[in-house]
Amino acid sequence: MDFDLTEEQRLLQSNLRRLLADHYAFNRRANYQTEAPGWSRAMWGRYAELGLLGLPFAEEDGGFGGGPVETMLVAEALGEVLALEPWLSTVVLGGGLLRHGADAALRQRMVPAIAAGEALLAFAQAEPQSRYSLSDITTTARRDGDGWVLEGRKSVVLHGDTADWLLVTARSAGARHDRGGIGVFLLRGDAPGVLRQGYAMVDGQRGAEITLSAARAEAVLGNAEDGLALVERVVDEAIAALAAEAVGTMSALHAMTLDYLKTRKQFGAPIGSFQVLQHRASDMMVALEQARSMAMYATMMLEEPAAARRAALSAVKVQIGRSARLIGQQAVQMHGGIGIATEYAAGHAFKRLAAIDTTFGDADHHLRALAAEVSAAA
Amino acid sequence: MDLRFTAEERAFRAEVRDFIEANLPAETRQRMIEGRVPTKAQTVAWQRILNARGWAVPDWPEEHGGTGWTAVQRYIFREELQQTPAPQPLGFNTNMVGPIIIAFGTEAQKRHFLPRIRNIDDWWCQGFSEPGAGSDLASLKTRAVRDGDHYVVDGQKTWTTYAQNADWIFCLVRTNPQAAKRQEGISFLLIDMRSPGITVRPVITIDGGHEVNEVFFDNVRVPVSNLVGEENRGWDCAKLLLGHERTGAARVGVSKERLRRLKFMAGEAQENGRPLIEQQRIREKIAAIEVELKALEMTVLHVLAGGRRAGESRQADPASSILKLRGSEIAQSITELMMEVAGPYGLAAPGDPDAEGSNAPELMPEWARSAAPLYFNWRKLSIFGGTNEIQRQIMAKAFMGL
Repeated sequence: MDFDLTEEQRLLQSNLRRLLADHYAFNRRANYQTEAPGWSRAMWGRYAELGLLGLPFAEEDGGFGGGPVETMLVAEALGEVLALEPWLSTVVLGGGLLRHGADAALRQRMVPAIAAGEALLAFAQAEPQSRYSLSDITTTARRDGDGWVLEGRKSVVLHGDTADWLLVTARSAGARHDRGGIGVFLLRGDAPGVLRQGYAMVDGQRGAEITLSAARAEAVLGNAEDGLALVERVVDEAIAALAAEAVGTMSALHAMTLDYLKTRKQFGAPIGSFQVLQHRASDMMVALEQARSMAMYATMMLEEPAAARRAALSAVKVQIGRSARLIGQQAVQMHGGIGIATEYAAGHAFKRLAAIDTTFGDADHHLRALAAEVSAAA
Repeated sequence: MDLRFTAEERAFRAEVRDFIEANLPAETRQRMIEGRVPTKAQTVAWQRILNARGWAVPDWPEEHGGTGWTAVQRYIFREELQQTPAPQPLGFNTNMVGPIIIAFGTEAQKRHFLPRIRNIDDWWCQGFSEPGAGSDLASLKTRAVRDGDHYVVDGQKTWTTYAQNADWIFCLVRTNPQAAKRQEGISFLLIDMRSPGITVRPVITIDGGHEVNEVFFDNVRVPVSNLVGEENRGWDCAKLLLGHERTGAARVGVSKERLRRLKFMAGEAQENGRPLIEQQRIREKIAAIEVELKALEMTVLHVLAGGRRAGESRQADPASSILKLRGSEIAQSITELMMEVAGPYGLAAPGDPDAEGSNAPELMPEWARSAAPLYFNWRKLSIFGGTNEIQRQIMAKAFMGL
């Protein structure tokens, strides 16, 4: 057992933190949000220069051969500043589907463009009726000559509005809830038959509703009928990244709250001298530690066999959701009025944490999944 | 970063497990599975089996009988004992008075006491808390006045665990009431429980058990040779215990074993003709505790593997407080759920089923019997060893600068 980072990992972490310290102060973030895509193209270029966008891909595909630990470090640092750019959707989700699902020719075509910051990806998975189910899919994929034509509606697609490429789950066979019959298809974002309606989400990220009308796919990842295992694996990797991002956000929010407790004076004393607030700050610290432990656990379990991996990542998501709620709510409460003012960072961190809980299944959803496995014998 | 146990560590775990399986008396194990405290004879017998194997005091320096294991190995060993379950090492002997004598004792004290501590030839109890000195330990009043080659001790200790079993007690006593700081007038004394003037009065806890006692000292004469460290420097000895590696307070193995027991109970208990464990609400409560326990275990491993600063200095990392806090809360939540699962039979208080004439074994299912006593008894976990509120205070002051 070894919890130490390698020298290269430390360097990655400190370089990224330095970049973000220089360019991602809270007032800058507000400006980025008003730029055309809702985030900063300039920052995206800097991430590419730093090697973040090609990080998890194999070197032979044009990447840098990073693993789950590198992804964790990047996510945590981005979480500390509430970064808005489509890193999760492009590198972790879209990139993950390509890494695990695409053949070598497709990977070698896509990865260099992703690494260079020239290709944005989005994962169009959820549908209006599906909530958190990954297999509740009504979008259809129909054979048409050599290719596939897609028909259906995808909802709340993270950064679906600006993506150059969409990775879409669709049913080539089977009934609505079947685990079989699901494929993952690669489409151009501007392909004929793709209608995208973008919008801002509560946490400053971007979302889109996407309607597919006889939209032609460029490729199918692997087999068009058994893509669900691929989807589950990549969603688990995204949960691990979200967990690390949440740890970064919670850690920043806790620090922000401590600063406030030490400087804000009422009744002639810093409010941090009041024991009731001290104990809440301690409870936040405990919640942060639990979340950090589970973010590391997530990283460690990603390479395990599917059943163990899925249970582990569900446990991670439960803890992250609970820690995020406690830390987010307490931070806002201890800040008082300024905690709910949009001009101040605490409320934005709170909102991002709330969004992370909801993304890919909230704490209750994953607790139900774990509860299904509880038995008297184990 | 590799968070898995190594092949050597896994082999070590197998070796420990095999040894426990082969040597732990079945009766002792069953008693513990049922959630009952092992008897004095069972605890002593098991400690002597470990001592014969050379595993009595893994945490001690090798020259005094320690094993030379890594922190991770010591953790694995403790977790295997807990998960079996086997009697825990008598902490007053192996974690408290032993390490203090090793750090501060004279050569004569080490030679005489340490082998006897390892083998529980002497059962030790702890004389720290007093009626007026709980969380605020430094306000203790039991005094020791020098009289030739002896100290004369007068006063009262309380919450003294297993004083009824003990041959010796290690005490913090006030030797200089005039000291500028309260902590500076305290000494650390070893006192033979057979000394004239000592009276032990049981305190029966709400679970019906007899674990704790009051101990009264009335003109008890203690040889000066039983002073550990310097006179008036006893607080240093007490602080050694605080600074000790605290991952044990997380009790991960104990909670894993109790969770297993809880699930077994939920499989036995029935409602509408079906096992309780089929109910979604119960399953979710169990799953939620399992998540919390996993997070706690990862924190413990993180500390053990030295990926953080806790190993070097307690001041640098709040882990000790977090582990104590979460370890106790999780253990308590398991017993709370056991009480719920036991249902109506959880209400019967038949006393010790092994006692002469007890009709408990015929009257009620074994699985329901100890749920309530354990629930009541384990309220102590968030009280002893620095209450959970004290832990929150330590975190706020020492680690957050509030």
